[in-house]
Amino acid sequence: MLGKLDWSAIPTDQPLPLIAAGIVALGMLGVAAWITRRGWWTALWKDWITSVDHKRIGVMYVLLALVMLMRGFVDAFMMRSQQAIAVGGAKGFLPPEHYNQIFSAHGTIMIFFVGMTFMVGLMNFVVPLQIGARDVAFPTLNSVSFWLTASGVLLLNLSLVIGEFARTGWLVYPPLSELAYSPGVGVDYYLWAIQIAGVGTLLSGINLTATILKMRTVGMGYMRMPIFCWTALTANLLIIAAFPILTATLAMLTLDRYLGFHFFTNDFGGNAMMYINLIWAWGHPEVYILILPAFGVFSEVISTFAGKPIFAYRSMAAAALAICVLSFMVWLHHFFTMGASADVNGFFGVMTMIIAVPTGVKVFNWLFTLYGGSVRFSVPMMWALGFMVTFIIGGMTGVLLAIPPVDFITHNSLFLVAHFHNVIIGGVIFGAYAGYNYWFPKAFGFTLHEGWGRATFWCWLVGFYLAFMPLYVLGLMGATRRMQHYADPDWQPFMIVALCGALCILAGIGCTVVQLVVSIRTRAQRRDLTGDPWDGRSLEWATPSPPPPFNFATPVQVNGLDTFWAAKREGMPAPGLPEMPAPSAVEVPVGTGTGFFIAFFATGFGFGMVWHIWWMAIASLLGIAGVALKLAWRRVDETDIDGDAVAAIYTARAGEAA
Amino acid sequence: MSAMLDEPMQTVERPIPRSQRGPAPTHVTTSYGMWLFLLSDIVMFAAFFAAFVVLRDHTAGGPAGRDVFHRHTVLIETACLLFSSFSCALLGAGVEYRNKRVTYAAVAVTLLLGAAFMVLELSEFAQMIADGAGPGRSAFLSAFFALVGLHGLHVACGMLWLIVMLAQVATLGFSPKVVRRLLCFNLFWHALDIVWVGVFTVVYLGAFT
Amino acid sequence: MSPALTTGVLDPRGPVAANTYQLLQNATVVMLALIVPIIVLTLVFAWWFRAGNRRAKRRLDWSYSGALEVVNWMVPLMIVLFLGGTGWVASHALDPAKPLPSQAPPLRIQVVSLDWKWLFIYPDAGVAAVNHLVVPAGRVLHLQLTSGSVMNSFFVPQLGSQIYTMAGMTTTLYLQADRPGTFPGRSVQFSGDGFSDMHFNVDAVPASDYDAWLARTRASGTRLDAGAYSALSRPGTSVPRDYQLDAPRLFQTILAASMSSSSSSPH
Repeated sequence: MLGKLDWSAIPTDQPLPLIAAGIVALGMLGVAAWITRRGWWTALWKDWITSVDHKRIGVMYVLLALVMLMRGFVDAFMMRSQQAIAVGGAKGFLPPEHYNQIFSAHGTIMIFFVGMTFMVGLMNFVVPLQIGARDVAFPTLNSVSFWLTASGVLLLNLSLVIGEFARTGWLVYPPLSELAYSPGVGVDYYLWAIQIAGVGTLLSGINLTATILKMRTVGMGYMRMPIFCWTALTANLLIIAAFPILTATLAMLTLDRYLGFHFFTNDFGGNAMMYINLIWAWGHPEVYILILPAFGVFSEVISTFAGKPIFAYRSMAAAALAICVLSFMVWLHHFFTMGASADVNGFFGVMTMIIAVPTGVKVFNWLFTLYGGSVRFSVPMMWALGFMVTFIIGGMTGVLLAIPPVDFITHNSLFLVAHFHNVIIGGVIFGAYAGYNYWFPKAFGFTLHEGWGRATFWCWLVGFYLAFMPLYVLGLMGATRRMQHYADPDWQPFMIVALCGALCILAGIGCTVVQLVVSIRTRAQRRDLTGDPWDGRSLEWATPSPPPPFNFATPVQVNGLDTFWAAKREGMPAPGLPEMPAPSAVEVPVGTGTGFFIAFFATGFGFGMVWHIWWMAIASLLGIAGVALKLAWRRVDETDIDGDAVAAIYTARAGEAA
Repeated sequence: MSAMLDEPMQTVERPIPRSQRGPAPTHVTTSYGMWLFLLSDIVMFAAFFAAFVVLRDHTAGGPAGRDVFHRHTVLIETACLLFSSFSCALLGAGVEYRNKRVTYAAVAVTLLLGAAFMVLELSEFAQMIADGAGPGRSAFLSAFFALVGLHGLHVACGMLWLIVMLAQVATLGFSPKVVRRLLCFNLFWHALDIVWVGVFTVVYLGAFT
Repeated sequence: MSPALTTGVLDPRGPVAANTYQLLQNATVVMLALIVPIIVLTLVFAWWFRAGNRRAKRRLDWSYSGALEVVNWMVPLMIVLFLGGTGWVASHALDPAKPLPSQAPPLRIQVVSLDWKWLFIYPDAGVAAVNHLVVPAGRVLHLQLTSGSVMNSFFVPQLGSQIYTMAGMTTTLYLQADRPGTFPGRSVQFSGDGFSDMHFNVDAVPASDYDAWLARTRASGTRLDAGAYSALSRPGTSVPRDYQLDAPRLFQTILAASMSSSSSSPH
C-alpha cells in the first residue's frame, strides 16, 4: 500500500534530525498561528500564492532563498563543528552515515535552492521593470516555475525526517550513487527533488529569455538595456542550454536505479566516467548561471553609487556573451585527475584560462566605473567593494587550479573547497545581499535599516576570511574534503579558526534577520516616497515603490541608455506615468492556483516515486494533468484595472510624497 | 545635457531597427517561447544521443544493434512519422483557414499515423525484451531503450496533447488562444520528426554500417 | 616556517611533487602580481573618489576610452596566454602516465581501491599489502590502478599527482620517492561511509631494506588467496597487513570481474 515506506523511515535513533524537524514544525505552526490571528489567509492566497505578478513571485523566490540559506548554513555549521573536534581518536558528534548526508545536503541546498533561487528571484523582480514591460512573457508559467522549486525544497527537507538524504556528495557520482552502493532512498530523494525543481528552472529560463528578447519596450534596442539585463539574458540562455543535460543525466541514473538499466553501473558495460562528463557539462555552465546575474547586480550597484554610467558598456555586454559561450568549453577541468591524456588536459586548461579573460575585463571596467565617480558607501556598495576584493582572490586560485598539474595535487582537497566558496560566497552571496538591499525599497516601499546592513556585511566579510583562508592552507597540507574525522593534529588549529569564521557568518545571518525585523518595525522612518531612493539610472526607479501591478501605466518610450537618468537631468517627467487626470484602464493577467496545485501534485509524485508508492505517483500525474486541463479551458485570462483605480494608485503615492 | 540620446535629432526618416520596435505581438512571443523549449528538448536528446554513441559498443557479451534491429519495421515507422508531419502541416493549413473539417481530418490522420508508429515501436520493444535483449542486458541496450523510448514518450505525449487540442477546437472554436496552441503543437510535432531522423540515422543505420 | 606548514604538498619528497610545487609557486607569484594591484586600486579608488572628498576630480560622464578598452582586454589575455602556455607545457611534462627517467626499470605496483582500504599488489615480486606501501627510495614506481568498487583517488601529497581509480579501467601513475621516509597517503575521492579511514603510509626504504621486506613477506605473510581477497572486498576498514601473493594475475582478474556481465552486489 505504501511501497517501501514504514515507520522505520523515521530516524528515531538520531536525535538531531528529529530535534531540527521539531523546531521547524514549531516555527511553521507559529507562523500559521500568527497569520490566523491577523486574518491574513485570504490575502495570502489571493495576493501571493496565486499571484502571477513577477514582482510577487520574485519576492517569494528571495524569501525561499533566505530561508534555505539558514537551512544550508546549519549544515555548514555542523560540519565545521564536527571537523573542529574530530581529530585523532575523537569521533565527534556526527557519525559518518549522518555526516555524509549533511555535506551532501549542504551542497545541494546552497547551489540549487539558495544560489539559483536567489538569482532567479532578483531577475524575476527586476528585469521586466528594467525593460519597461508589464510582466514576463508567460506569467502563469512563472508561477508554476516558482512553485515547482518550492516542491523540490519540500521534498529535500522531508528527507530529513522521513527516510534519509543522499550520502554521496551533491552531484551523486556513480557507482557510489547506484543501487549497489546506495540502496536507501537518499539518492532517490535527491533525484526527484532536483528533477522537479529543474523543470521549474528550465521553464523560468525560457520565460526570461523570451521576455528579454521579445518584450523590451519601444526604443529599447539591445544596446540600450541595463547591464543587469544582459547578464540575465546570458544566464537564462545558459539555463536553456545546460539544464536539459542535467535532466537527461539524472534521468539516466534514475533509470539505472529504478529499472535496472546500466548507464553508469560497474557491470554490464556501464560507464561512470560518462556520468562525470555529462554532469559537469551541465555543472560548469551552472556556476556561470549563478555568477552572471551577480555580476549584473554589481554593475548596477557600482554605477548607481558612483553616480556614473557603467564603464565600457559594450565590453561588458560582450564579456557576458563571451562567458556564456566559453562556459561550455571548459567542463573537463572538474576532473583533470580522471586520467585523460596530456593533450586533453592541456586543452581544457587553456580554455579555462581563456574564460578568465572576460571576467578580468569586467573587473577592470568596474574599477574604471569607480574612477572619477562620486562614491557613496551605501550598504549595496559595501557588498560590491567586498566582492571586488574577495572574488578576485577566488579567481586567482581558480586560475591556479586550471593548471592541470597543480590540480593534480589540489583536486578534492580543502584548497578546492576554499576556492569555490571563495567565488560563490564572494560572488553570488555578496551579489545576493547587494541586490537584496538595493531593490528592497522598490519592492516594499521602504529602505532596509543601514546600521544592521553594515553589521551583516562586516560579519560576513570577516567570517568568510576566517572560515576559508585556513582551508586553503589545510588543502596544501594534504587535507581532503568530506572527511568526517582526521588523524593529523596539526590540522586542528586551522579547523578551529574556520569554526570561528562560521560563528561570525552565523552572526551575519542573525544580523540579516534582525535587519529585516527592525526595518519592518521602523519602516515609517525610512519610507521611499519618490520611488528613487538611490538616484538610480534605470527604468525600475521611474515607478512608485512598490510599483503598481502593471508596472507602467503607459508604454515607455526609450531613446538611449539610461533614459530615466536623462529624464531626471533634463527636468522631464518620468516615463510610464499615467495620462492624468483620466488614465486609461490597464489589463493585468489573472492570478491562478495552477502553479501551486501543479507543485502540490508534483510533490506527491516525487514522494510516491521515492518510496515506490506507485498509486500515489500515478494519481499525482493525473492531478497535474487535471490542473493543466482546467487552465486550458479557462475563459478569462486577464482582468481590468479601470482608469479611476489607476489614477488612485498614483495620487495616493503623490500624496504620501507631499 | 542631451548626451544620453544616441544620436542627434534627425530630419531624415530612418527605419526603426527591429530591436527598438517594442514588445512583439502575443503569438510571436508564444511561438518564440515554444522554439526555445524545443531547443532545450533537443539538448536533452543530444545528451541521450551522446550516451548512446559512447555506449554503442558496450554490449557486455550480449546482442549488438545489428542482431536485434529490423530495418523494415524502422522504415515503416519512419514513413508513418514523415507522413504524419505532412498531415500536421495540413492541420496547420486547416487552422490558418479556420476550416474545422480539414482540421479534424488532419488531426485524425496524424493521430492514426502516430498510433501506428507507437504500436510498431512498442511491439519492437516487447519482442526485444522477450528475446532477452531488454534494457537491463547491457549498457548499449540501456542507451538504446532510453533514447528511442524517450522519443516514443514524446510522441505519446504529443498525441495526448493533440486529442486535447481536438477537444479545444470542438468546444472553444478557433479562438486566438487555441490557434496559438495549435501552432505550438505543430512546431512540436515537426521537431519530433527531426529528432527521429537523428534516431534512425545514428541508431538504426549506424548499427548496420 | 612552522612545522605544521611543511607537510603535504608544501613538503615535496619526490621529483613529481617537487616540480609541481615549483609550478604552483611560480603561477601564484604571477597571479599575485596581477591581483594585488587590482585589490589595492579598488580600495584606493573607492576611498579617493568618495562623495565627501573635495580634492577628488570628478568625471561623471566618463564611461568609455578606446585605449583603456584595449588594455582591459589585452592584460588578462596576455597573462592567461602565458599561464595557459605554461599549463600546456606542464600538462605534458607532468603527465601522470609519462614514465620518469630512470636507470633501473621502473618497479611495477598495482593498486586496487576497495571499500575502504587500499590493496597494493607487487605482481613481479609475489607479495601484496593492504594500507601499507613499501617502496625502495630512489626507484621509479610504475603504478597501475583500478578499483574493486566505487571511484576513488590515490594520492600521496608529498610524492605528487593523484589519479582516479575506476572499476573496469586502468589508470597509470609514475612516482618516485627521492629519499627514505614515511609519507601519508589517502583516497581523495569520496567513496562512502568508511572514506575517512581510507588512508595508508608509503614507507620509502633503502633498497636493501626493501629486498629484506620482500623476502620476509614472501616467507611468512598471510596468503592472499580467493578467500582472503573476498574478505578484503567486503565493506570495512583494515589495519596495515602484508600478504604473500597467491595469484600474480590478481589485478587482471579484478579488472575483468568489473567488466563482466554478472551482476555484482557487494553489499
